[in-house]
Amino acid sequence: MTEINRDDVAHLAHLAHIDMSEAELDRMAGELAVIVDSVKSVSEIAGPEVPATSHPIPLSNVLREDVVGQLLTQEQALSGAPDAQDGRFKVPAILEEN
Amino acid sequence: MSELNKLSADALAGKLASGEVSSVEATQAHLDRIAEVDGGIHAFLHINTSEALTVAREVDQKRAAGEELHHLAGVPIAVKDMIVTVGQPTTAGSKILEGWHSPYDATVVQKLRAAGMPILGKTNLDEFAMGSSTEHSAYGPTRNPWDLERIPGGSGGGSAAAVAAFEAPLALGTDTGGSIRQPGAVTGTVGVKPTYGGVSRYGAIALASSLDQIGPVSRTVLDAALLHEVIGGHDPKDSTSLTDPCTGLVDAARQGALGDLTGVKLGVIKELGGEGYQAGVEARFQESLELFRSAGAEIVEVSCPSFSYALAAYYLILPSEASSNLAKFDGVRFGLRALPEDGPLTIERVMGATRAAGFGPEVKRRIILGVYALSAGYYDAYYGSAQKVRTLIQRDFDAAFSQADVLVSPTAPTTAFKFGEKTADPLAMYLNDVATIPANLAGVPGMSLPNGLADEDGLPSGIQLLAPARQDVRLYRVGAALEALHEAGWGGPILDKAPVLKSSQLGGVK
Amino acid sequence: MTETLVPFDEVLERYDPALGFEVHVELNTVTKMFSSAPNAFGDEPNTNVNEVDLGLPGVLPVVNRAAVESSIKIGLALNCKIAEFCRFARKNYFYPDTPKNFQTSQFDEPIAYDGYLDIELADGTVFRVEIERAHMEEDAGKLTHMGGATGRIQGADYSLVDYNRAGVPLVEIVTRPILGAGSRAPELAKAYVAAVREIVKNLGVSDARMERGNVRCDANVSLMPKGSTTLGTRTETKNVNSLRAVEFAVRFEMERHAAVLDAGQAIVQETRHWHEDTRSTTSGRPKSDADDYRYFPEPDLVPVVTSAEWVEELRAQLPEPPAERRKRLQADWGYTDLEFRDVVNAGILDEIEATIAAGASAAVARKWWMGEIARRAKLAEVDPVELGVTPAQVVELQGLIDSGKINDKLARDVLDGVLAGEGTPTDVVASRGLAVVSDDGALRAAIDEALAAQPDVADKIRGGKVQAVGAIVGGVMKVTRGQADAGRVRELILKTLGVEG
Repeated sequence: MTEINRDDVAHLAHLAHIDMSEAELDRMAGELAVIVDSVKSVSEIAGPEVPATSHPIPLSNVLREDVVGQLLTQEQALSGAPDAQDGRFKVPAILEEN
Repeated sequence: MSELNKLSADALAGKLASGEVSSVEATQAHLDRIAEVDGGIHAFLHINTSEALTVAREVDQKRAAGEELHHLAGVPIAVKDMIVTVGQPTTAGSKILEGWHSPYDATVVQKLRAAGMPILGKTNLDEFAMGSSTEHSAYGPTRNPWDLERIPGGSGGGSAAAVAAFEAPLALGTDTGGSIRQPGAVTGTVGVKPTYGGVSRYGAIALASSLDQIGPVSRTVLDAALLHEVIGGHDPKDSTSLTDPCTGLVDAARQGALGDLTGVKLGVIKELGGEGYQAGVEARFQESLELFRSAGAEIVEVSCPSFSYALAAYYLILPSEASSNLAKFDGVRFGLRALPEDGPLTIERVMGATRAAGFGPEVKRRIILGVYALSAGYYDAYYGSAQKVRTLIQRDFDAAFSQADVLVSPTAPTTAFKFGEKTADPLAMYLNDVATIPANLAGVPGMSLPNGLADEDGLPSGIQLLAPARQDVRLYRVGAALEALHEAGWGGPILDKAPVLKSSQLGGVK
Repeated sequence: MTETLVPFDEVLERYDPALGFEVHVELNTVTKMFSSAPNAFGDEPNTNVNEVDLGLPGVLPVVNRAAVESSIKIGLALNCKIAEFCRFARKNYFYPDTPKNFQTSQFDEPIAYDGYLDIELADGTVFRVEIERAHMEEDAGKLTHMGGATGRIQGADYSLVDYNRAGVPLVEIVTRPILGAGSRAPELAKAYVAAVREIVKNLGVSDARMERGNVRCDANVSLMPKGSTTLGTRTETKNVNSLRAVEFAVRFEMERHAAVLDAGQAIVQETRHWHEDTRSTTSGRPKSDADDYRYFPEPDLVPVVTSAEWVEELRAQLPEPPAERRKRLQADWGYTDLEFRDVVNAGILDEIEATIAAGASAAVARKWWMGEIARRAKLAEVDPVELGVTPAQVVELQGLIDSGKINDKLARDVLDGVLAGEGTPTDVVASRGLAVVSDDGALRAAIDEALAAQPDVADKIRGGKVQAVGAIVGGVMKVTRGQADAGRVRELILKTLGVEG
C-alpha cells in the first residue's frame, strides 16, 4: 500500500497552487493512495529496454516560417482580465509586506 | 418535435439543397426542440439563438443567389464547451471560466463557419472533460434522453445527449480517453475519435495534449463522415497536426452502407470483454459479430496483452499533462479570480484561492495526482513508465493490425448507469474507459456506433471499431455496413426505440 | 544591510574560486519562439501579443524555424556538438509573468552541447571555458512593481504585467564549472561574457545589447579551500547586465563568500540580486517551486531533428569568427600586439573599425579611442563605447585638426562641446569660437610682446640657437589662450628675427 500522508498532499497542493482545507487534505491523501496503488503497476512491465512514447504519431521538424501573423489588440488581450490598469494586467503584490 | 429534427444531417442537407426547407426553418426547429426538452436534458450550457439564425439566413440568401455551398451549409451543429468560440462563452464546464469569452475561434470552429453551419450553442461536459458521466460539470449534469435518471456518458455527455434528443443533428466532441465514444455508446449515437493529429486541436482547451482529439458526434455513420471531412485536415497552428488530406471518409461510408464486407478481416480483442462486461452488452456484441460474418467479413481473435496496463498508464499520463495544461487557470489573464479569506493579499495566495474556488473535486484530484507523478523522484516510476506502456500498447496494436483490418470490442463495459452510482468511487468511474483508452494512448482512430439495447435494462449498447493510424476510412466503411445491417434488423434507427420525452418528465423546463 | 567582506588578495590566499555562467541571449528573429507575434517590446503594453503569448485556453505553440537556425549557429560558434534529435520540455512553476505557468524550454535534450570557448585575457593568457550546453527557450513577460517607494518588488502594493516580451526566443548558454582562474576570476568572467556577446553579435542572431537585456548573465560563484577538490556551495547572482557588473559581481561574491566561510558558517545556496548602485549583491527570495520544476517532454511540440546537410548549410553561413577577425584587423591596421590587446580590452574594436571605414587612418583612430575618449570614459566610469562619441565625429575632429582649423588642445575643448550635446565638431568650433588664430597681424603683435618680455631668449635665437624658439612660442600661445597654430607662430618668430628655420 502506497503511503501518502497529509503532509505529502499539502506539498503537492502547494506546488499545484490549490488551497486545501485540513479536511480536504485528509480526504485527498486517502484517495490518492488508492489511485496510486492502482496505477503503479506500470513500472512492472516497462523495462529499461522499452523506449518511451511521448507522441502517439511520430513527427519531427514541424517549423514555422519567421513571418508575423495575426495579433490581438490591447483591448482584446485584456478583455478577459480580472483586473487591468494602463493597458496591463494588474495583479496583487508578489511579496508579502515585511 | 418537427420532422426536421428527426432527419439525419445528410438528409437535411439534401432538403436544404433542393430548396424544400430553408436553413432558418431547420435551425429554428432545433432551437425549438432545445427550448422544449433541454430544461430536462440540460445538454446545453449556452444557446446561441441569434447568431445561429443569422448564419442560417445568410446561407439561405447565398443559396438563393446561386452561390456554391458546402454540402452541410445551413445544417446546424452543437459544439462541446471545451472548444473556444468567438461570440459565445466557453467554460469547459468549470466555474473558473464562468462567463469567459474567447477572443479567437478554434480552427474547427473556423471550419464550421467556413462551411456555413449555424452553431446552436455550447454543450455540457464533465469539468475540463474529466469524467465519464457529465456529473462533474460545475453547471449540473446532463441527463440521458433514454432515461433521465441515468448518465449520458462523459465527458461529452452534452453533445451526445443533444444529438440523441434531436436537439441537434450534429455535434463536436473531444475525446481524450473515450469522451466521444463512451457517451455515444450509452446514448445510442455515433461518435468518432479520429487519428491523433487528424483534426486540429487548436482552440480545444487542452486536457492531455498527447491524447486529446476533436471528433464528430452524430446519429449516423455517414453524418459523422460528412462532419469529419469538414473539420479534418492539416492546420499549421497545431504542430501535431497531420498533413494527410482528410478525404474518402464519406465515400467509404456510402460504400459500406451497401452492406458488403467480403474480404474484410475483423479482430476481436480478447482482453476487452468477459469479466466486468454487462451480459446485455456482451450479447449485443456477439450479435454484431454475427452480422459482420453475414456480410462476408472474417472474424479472428487477437490478443493485446498490454491493454491490461492501459488504464494505469492513462491515469498517469492524463493527470500529468493536465496538471501542467491547467496551470494557466490562475486568475491573472482571464477567468475567475478569488481572494483569500484572510491573511496577506499576494498573487501567490490569490492563485491558490482562485484555483481552490474555481476547480471541482475531480479536477483537483487529477491535478494533485499529476503533480505527484511528475515530481522529482517519481517521474521514472510513473510518468516515464506510463510512456513505455504506451510503446507496448502501440506494439500490441501493430501486431493485431497485422492480423486484422479493423479491431472490434464493446465500447463501454456497461449501459448508462444511474446518477451518483459511481461518483463516490473514482476508480469505479475510471473503469468505464477501459475499452476506449488504448486508442488514445496509441493515437489510432476509433468509432462507437449503437448495436442494440441490452436485454436487462433496455438501454443502448455500443460497439467500438478501431483502425490503424491514418486509416480512419476503414472505420466508416465497416461502421456504415454494420449500421445498415442492424437498422435492417431493427426496422429503423435505434433512436426510434427511445422513449418519447414527455413534458411531465422535463421538470424545470424553462 | 552591509555584508562583511574579505579583501580580494586575502581571499586568494585561502580559497580557490569556481565560476559558472548562464548567459541568456535574446534572438533578433522577426517573430517569437512559439507564436507569430512580433519579437518587439518597449511598444504599447500587450500589443505585440496574440492568444498564444497570453496562454489563453486552447492555444498551441509552433516552433520558429529562424530561432532554431540561430540556435544552431550559436552552438556551432561555441564549438558545440549539434544534437541530431532534441525536444522541448515544460518547466513548471507559477509566476504572473509566465503566461502558461510553465516555461517551454529544453531540459535533458539541448540543441547544442559539449563546446568550448578560448578566452584571451588582457595579458594574452588564453583560458578555455567549457560549454556544457546551449538550449532554446522563451522569455517571460515584464512586471512593473507599483505603489512601493523604490519601484522594486519589495514593498510594492501591486504589479502590472505586459506580455509583449513573453515568448521572445532565448538561447541559454551554460558553462561547466570553471576552475583554476584564481585571481583572474573576475577578469575572466568579464572576458567570457564579452566573448559570448561578441560572438552572437557577429553571427547577427542577436542585437547583443546588454543594457537592453539582449544578453543577460547569471553568474555562479563558489569557493573551495585551497587544496580541496570538492566544489563549495554556490550562489547564483541573477541578471548582471553589464560587462563591468559581471566583473564586480564575481569579485564581490568571492569576497563575501570568504567572509562567511572564514566565520565558520556555511554558504546558503540561493539566488542573489546584483545592485549596480551599491555594487553589491543581496539575497533573493527563494522561488517557492524551485525544488521541483516537474519537467516533462512538451507534448504539444514534436522533436527537432538536425540532418548533417542542414547543419553544414548553416555552418557555411557563419561569418568570420571574432578571433580570426581580430588577427586580420591587427595585420591590416599594423598595431603592435600590445596596442591591439589594449584596443580589444577596451572593447572598441568595432568603433575603431568604423572610424577607419569613415576615413581615419588606423593610427588616428587608435589615438582618439585609446587616448582622449578612453581617458574621459575612465573618469566617467563607463565603457568607452558608452560615452556616446561616434566614429563620424572622430573623423570630423581629426579633419579640423588636419586642415589647421583647430589644434590638438582645442580639439579637446571641441570634444567637450560635442559630448555636451552642442552639435557636430564644426558646430562647436563655430559656437564656442575655438578656431586657431590665423590672422598674422594679431600673431605679430603677440610675438612682439613675447620677444619684448624675453629679450635674452630673443638674442639667443638671433645668435643661432634656433631651438630656444620654443620659449617664445610658449609665450605667444599663452597670450592667445592656445588658439594659435604653433607651427605658424614659430615660422613668424624666426622671420621676425631674420633667422633661417
